[in-house]
Amino acid sequence: MSATEIVYLISSVLFILGLKGLSHPESARRGMHLAEAGMVLAIVGTLVSGKIVTWEWIITGIIIGSAIGAAMAIFMPMTAMPQRVALSHAFGALAAVLVGVNEYVEKSNLNELTNGLMGALGFEVLFGALTITGSLMAFGKLSEMITGSPITYKGQNAVNILLFIAAMGMFVYLIFFPYNTIIFYSMIALSLLIGIFIVMPIGGADMPVVISLLNSYAGLAAAATGFAINNKVLIIAGALDGASGFILSIIMSKAMNRSFANVLFGAVGSAQVDSSKLAESRPITRFGIEDTKFVLEQAERVVIVPGYGMAVAQAQHTVRELSDELEKQGIKVEYAIHPVAGRMPGHMNVLLAEANVSYDQLLEMETINPTMDTVDVCIVIGANDVVNPAARTDKSSPIYGMPIIDVDKAKTVIVMKRSMAAGFAGIENPLFYQPNTKMLFGDAKKVMQELVSEFKKV
Amino acid sequence: MQIELVYILILAGFVGFEIIRKVTPTLHTPLMSATNAISGISLVGSLVAAGSDHQLGQILGFIAVTAATINVVGGFMITERMLKMFKKKEKK
Repeated sequence: MSATEIVYLISSVLFILGLKGLSHPESARRGMHLAEAGMVLAIVGTLVSGKIVTWEWIITGIIIGSAIGAAMAIFMPMTAMPQRVALSHAFGALAAVLVGVNEYVEKSNLNELTNGLMGALGFEVLFGALTITGSLMAFGKLSEMITGSPITYKGQNAVNILLFIAAMGMFVYLIFFPYNTIIFYSMIALSLLIGIFIVMPIGGADMPVVISLLNSYAGLAAAATGFAINNKVLIIAGALDGASGFILSIIMSKAMNRSFANVLFGAVGSAQVDSSKLAESRPITRFGIEDTKFVLEQAERVVIVPGYGMAVAQAQHTVRELSDELEKQGIKVEYAIHPVAGRMPGHMNVLLAEANVSYDQLLEMETINPTMDTVDVCIVIGANDVVNPAARTDKSSPIYGMPIIDVDKAKTVIVMKRSMAAGFAGIENPLFYQPNTKMLFGDAKKVMQELVSEFKKV
Repeated sequence: MQIELVYILILAGFVGFEIIRKVTPTLHTPLMSATNAISGISLVGSLVAAGSDHQLGQILGFIAVTAATINVVGGFMITERMLKMFKKKEKK
């Protein structure tokens, strides 16, 4: 066992302890410091291992990478976090693929391409390459450079499955005939194409699943790199990353009521919607600012349910101001967070934390639902599908069976929305027509501001 | 390929599964950026390539080092930035 290996072992332990810290906000930062120490150790250990003979490329790469990484970390607004995460999966996968290609060329020149090594390399570049383009597509969609709505065509699934089978066929062929460089590079090209194709039909609201899945793929590619270059810390870190992405995909898919197989194969489509059903016009109750204030003042317990609309309107700070005003009057305010609210796991929590909301006020769906009938007022802000009671009652609804936040059980529900337009999934929401539901139309941030100043007047 | 590496992968996978299951949903976004930073450990592979004496390795390694460093530095910094925001507010 060399000194480098001992350093790698210590790093691996520090990574595990670091992630363990994330079980609670109190211990999270200390945990991250451990993980950072582990990273520094592993890097320094590698640099002094004696394997490095030239330094100029390394130094330039580290300087450029640190500058870009730091700039992104400092200047990216919290609302852009989903894009940043998607982009970082692409970077991680890019590194894995390039290391894989280099290893392939080197070992093939030395005539040392064993079948086992080729298996690891093939897996690495296959999953790495599709993660690169898949993540870039996700980045494009999340930052709205590409349309966020699904791009579909006839026979899409068949094409995707055929491409994937072809890539897998090349992979298996390469394990037996590793020196066929044309097949090797064709497989990479095909994987890059697959990455684009599988994310193309996926719409914005399904992004939490996709991002988690790509996270898992990026981790698996890193672990495969560890196999290819016989590096154990890479295998361990990759396995941790892969497991994390995998668990998050399961949580997200459960929260959207999608099957496990659906997640594994990344076949996240979007429900086809019958738009004629939406035209239906039933009576709704409209509320103004003053009505809302009146109802809120009578309440003892208020629950705020945020959705992607809050992120779009950047309304998180104003939402917190409102809850401050309510708390001043002795009203208990809590936030109910649906696992897939927003565009990535934990999206709403980060935005509300940014706005200085205490983390013990952020409640999970399972915690809040059993007590929903004791809630006086529920404010739904920019959320739609995750509070749609059709998921509980209407078997014909595309979201039937999806766990929702039972806001309809609260005594009064105030829904803040731009207009009556359907949510992302294009599904009619019976919540809006309930007698205890009041619709408050307008831009979430503006309406909230008006409400806050109404409270401050007194 | 040695079988011991497969042992490591599978056992690390189980450890990861058990630890990450316990991560509070409130911190799922920081979890993603943290695991992302940690998987930037592929930097060690990139360093060896960039520091080799083959030209191809140097060029591919250089790009890989840059990409992995973005994840390591950016990932840890942004995780810290997010975690700093998760505070328990003192009740007035």
